[in-house]
Amino acid sequence: MTTLDSSKEIQKNNSEVNETHEDFRMFGLITFLIADGMTFAGFFAAYLTYKAVNPLPDGAIYELELPIPTLNTILLLVSSATFHKAGKALLKDKNSDSQKWLFFTAFLGIIFLICQLFEYFHLPFGLTDNLFASTFYALTGFHGLHVTLGTLMILIIGWQSRINGGRLNSQNMFPLEAVELYWHFVDGIWVILFIILYLL
Amino acid sequence: MLNKNIYLILIISLVFAISFWIGFNVNLLPAEASINAPIYDELFKILFIIGLIIFIGMTIAVIYSLFKFRKRNDQIGDGIALEGNLSLEIVWTIIPSIIVLLIGLYSYNIYDRMGGMKELNHNHEMMTSNTEKIWAGISQNSDNEIAINNLSIEVSAMQFAFLFNYPKGNFISGELHVPVDQKVSMKMESKDVIHAFWVPEFRIKQDIIPGQPTILNFTPTKVGKYPIICAELCGPYHGGMRASIIVEKESDYNEWFNKNKKPEVNL
Amino acid sequence: MTISIDPQKTNNESLQPKGWLRYFSFSLDHKVIGIQYLVCGFLFYLIGGTLASAIRIELASPMSDFMPRDVYNQVLTLHGTIMIFLWIVPVVNGAFGNYLIPFYVGARDMAFPRLNAVAFWLIPPSGLMLVASYFVEGAAQAGWTAYPPLSITTPQSGQIIWILSVLLLGGSSIFGGINFIATIIKLRRPGLKLMQLPMYCWAMLGTSLLVVLSTPVLAGTLILLSFDIIAHTGFFNPVLGGNVVVYQHLFWFYSHPAVYIMVLPAFGLVSEILPIHARKPLFGYTTMVFSIMGIVVLGLVVWAHHMFTSGTPPWMRLFFTIATAFIAVPTGIKFFNWVATLWGGKISINSAMLFSCGFIINFVFGGITGVALAQVPFDIHVHDTYFVVAHFHYIVYGGTVFIIFSSIYHWFPKATGKMLNEKLGILHFIITFIGFNLCFAPQHWLGLNGMPRRVAEYDPQFQFVNQISSLGALLMAISTIPFLINVFLSLRNGKDAGDNPWNALTPEWLTSSPPPVENWEGEAPLVPEPYGYGKEFSEQK
Repeated sequence: MTTLDSSKEIQKNNSEVNETHEDFRMFGLITFLIADGMTFAGFFAAYLTYKAVNPLPDGAIYELELPIPTLNTILLLVSSATFHKAGKALLKDKNSDSQKWLFFTAFLGIIFLICQLFEYFHLPFGLTDNLFASTFYALTGFHGLHVTLGTLMILIIGWQSRINGGRLNSQNMFPLEAVELYWHFVDGIWVILFIILYLL
Repeated sequence: MLNKNIYLILIISLVFAISFWIGFNVNLLPAEASINAPIYDELFKILFIIGLIIFIGMTIAVIYSLFKFRKRNDQIGDGIALEGNLSLEIVWTIIPSIIVLLIGLYSYNIYDRMGGMKELNHNHEMMTSNTEKIWAGISQNSDNEIAINNLSIEVSAMQFAFLFNYPKGNFISGELHVPVDQKVSMKMESKDVIHAFWVPEFRIKQDIIPGQPTILNFTPTKVGKYPIICAELCGPYHGGMRASIIVEKESDYNEWFNKNKKPEVNL
Repeated sequence: MTISIDPQKTNNESLQPKGWLRYFSFSLDHKVIGIQYLVCGFLFYLIGGTLASAIRIELASPMSDFMPRDVYNQVLTLHGTIMIFLWIVPVVNGAFGNYLIPFYVGARDMAFPRLNAVAFWLIPPSGLMLVASYFVEGAAQAGWTAYPPLSITTPQSGQIIWILSVLLLGGSSIFGGINFIATIIKLRRPGLKLMQLPMYCWAMLGTSLLVVLSTPVLAGTLILLSFDIIAHTGFFNPVLGGNVVVYQHLFWFYSHPAVYIMVLPAFGLVSEILPIHARKPLFGYTTMVFSIMGIVVLGLVVWAHHMFTSGTPPWMRLFFTIATAFIAVPTGIKFFNWVATLWGGKISINSAMLFSCGFIINFVFGGITGVALAQVPFDIHVHDTYFVVAHFHYIVYGGTVFIIFSSIYHWFPKATGKMLNEKLGILHFIITFIGFNLCFAPQHWLGLNGMPRRVAEYDPQFQFVNQISSLGALLMAISTIPFLINVFLSLRNGKDAGDNPWNALTPEWLTSSPPPVENWEGEAPLVPEPYGYGKEFSEQK
């Protein structure tokens, strides 16, 4: 268990022997998000194929209403902006501002999830009613899972960006930047999802 | 140098000669029993010959190099520091590209002659229930043949049997009887999982898919009994899911048909 | 070329777990992880091989008499899944990738060592889970392709465990892929240019791109399939309005690139092995790089050639025919280049070389049948027959597994400091090569003449040829015996290898055997010409 930690120390000690690396955790995260995006791409492709070749059977109900998802779209877009604000504040060492913005972003995420659940409970169709209903729940559910994870992570980094004893500061921006990138990714997916599922 | 080139040309022509000889004289395929089969075998022969030339050539090159350039006991040091040769690279990029493109075009031509490129939802007036969408299959060009006496048969597959419904005779058979030299048109649908309809002697295969009817047209050319094989894993008895197709003379077929025919009023 | 070795020893040997126990620990050392992958994969290879033997015993007679039919289907499903997801993919990517890539880029470890260890430790539990599913209610029995509706209607527990296991293995594969991309692109030693990397790096970069782009689609598909099984949704269930062909599209969007995930690293490994034993530079480095990238791009757009008989419209069949056939061009370039690498060399005929040449011959054969299979009219006759079985075993066994053995003979001295016995190695090669061709070459004829794949019983006219094939399988099973004896004997009292027994120029040979924990005592060497054989500086002795 201790191999890496100790070897890191050795690297620090022999800095003339060991070149220092740039931080490539972000690079790894981007690669991971590309992979994650491909999962969504698979779902979208399946949905569009169903739409093109599988007609809705007679009597099946698959109708979506726009108000809630439109509100959700706005919520997520605004939350992207507030997250950006949090990052900027942290960069200027304004930890408490940053924390406020982060908690506000998480709050928007929670509202999004509540709206999503509200929509689920008021839709006229259930998971197994028909093919499109199943696809709808699978897609929005998988996205909702991402939002839930994102919200939890925002709450964690919000807690960590407190002024005293927090691990997050202008010297250690990576956790915030990583979650921010992830959050923008989830927003982007939602916009595509909104267009494909609700508007098309 | 000249000597070397002569040997090279000799070996290449020998490889070609052997490949052509094998291609024309070794038959790896079962009997040809439909109008598709000779077309298929034409493509097979060409692919077989090209494949043999490449395979024998590459094998000779590898074994020759291993033998000729093996390290002798007294040798030290390395081989020549040859890192590449642009014109060679261009040659072995362009020639395979051309071969592959020609094979592609040729197989397109073969496929067209087999009826694969035909629009599926046009040619099916003979289907009794023609409202549903046909998803896939092979339909044959009917232009160059006498399109009379079209036989339409509905095939349903289930675990683990094929059933052949003759709508015109209003009966269902477990054996597929067809008259020789006449176009047969089948609409196939599965009742449970994916199956496939394969007659090796006809060189045709089409998956039978639940929820998506597929069609398959063929014209048998040889009287005989051939196996119908399910080629898609469909459960424990997949290996046993077989039926027979019996190609017979028209008179024999009519006799069989009339024997099994049932009156229209059934239910 | 100058190799500057810092005389000051970085004394860290006391800091890691000692002896064989570290192979059972959550080690972060890329070399330990590489060997963990290899040994774990080989154990699963033995399981998968036993299952293959069971299949060949069943097929030695035309009747279904050796095991119950549903067990037969479980055996063939497990055989396929284990060989692909637990043997070939982890070993040819994970084992050799982890062991070699950090050396090649001049790094001390992978970019994300912890992720790397997690990726490995996902494999044993999911593999054991898969094998254990046989004892629960029977393993999955819908083939490794798990086509619905069959996978929905067969007993559920086995299928669900199968899905879970493949999801975990896919996750492991994605983590590995991310790690390789980051290591190759970001962790290169300063001064080392991309076009100076050994070919295996390029192969792993291409493979990892395919892993990252296609594996998630399989994961999504299997999640949908598990919904169909557990929650009775109807994505792929025609009874509920679903579409079974959509599953096939999504599945093959991963599983065709999966063939390149299994084969491209082998292309990379053979590009390392041939120049060293032929004492010549790799012929046509630049075209090799471009051909790898060409295969990656084309590999992503050819998946529907697995579905020529399953309900694809004519235009789609045509497109996928041409696209697939064109993969033969970059692949062909690589083979011509390898033969050109051998040409004019001073070739040592040893086990590693023989397995590599066996690979070239087998793979050319498999590639030719592959181009034939890409042609729609050709494929319509032989799709889902033993012809296809023979073709892909020529690719993955005759191709990749031959290279895995070749690589073991080649890098065993580096990893252990001991040489493998050459006589046993050549015996291993001869039995494997004869057994393999005896087993799979006749299956082409079987397929052409009417024997479908995945059957437990067949037309008695095929019995003789099937028995030849089973005899070949027996030889293949026997061929592991000299290999295992060789490994154990050599580990105990093999000849000392020294640091560079092959007199090679690639960076992993420029350190001690076995290498120290952080790969080099001192600075990592800069190797701008990993294939500079025949040039002055490599004239040693």
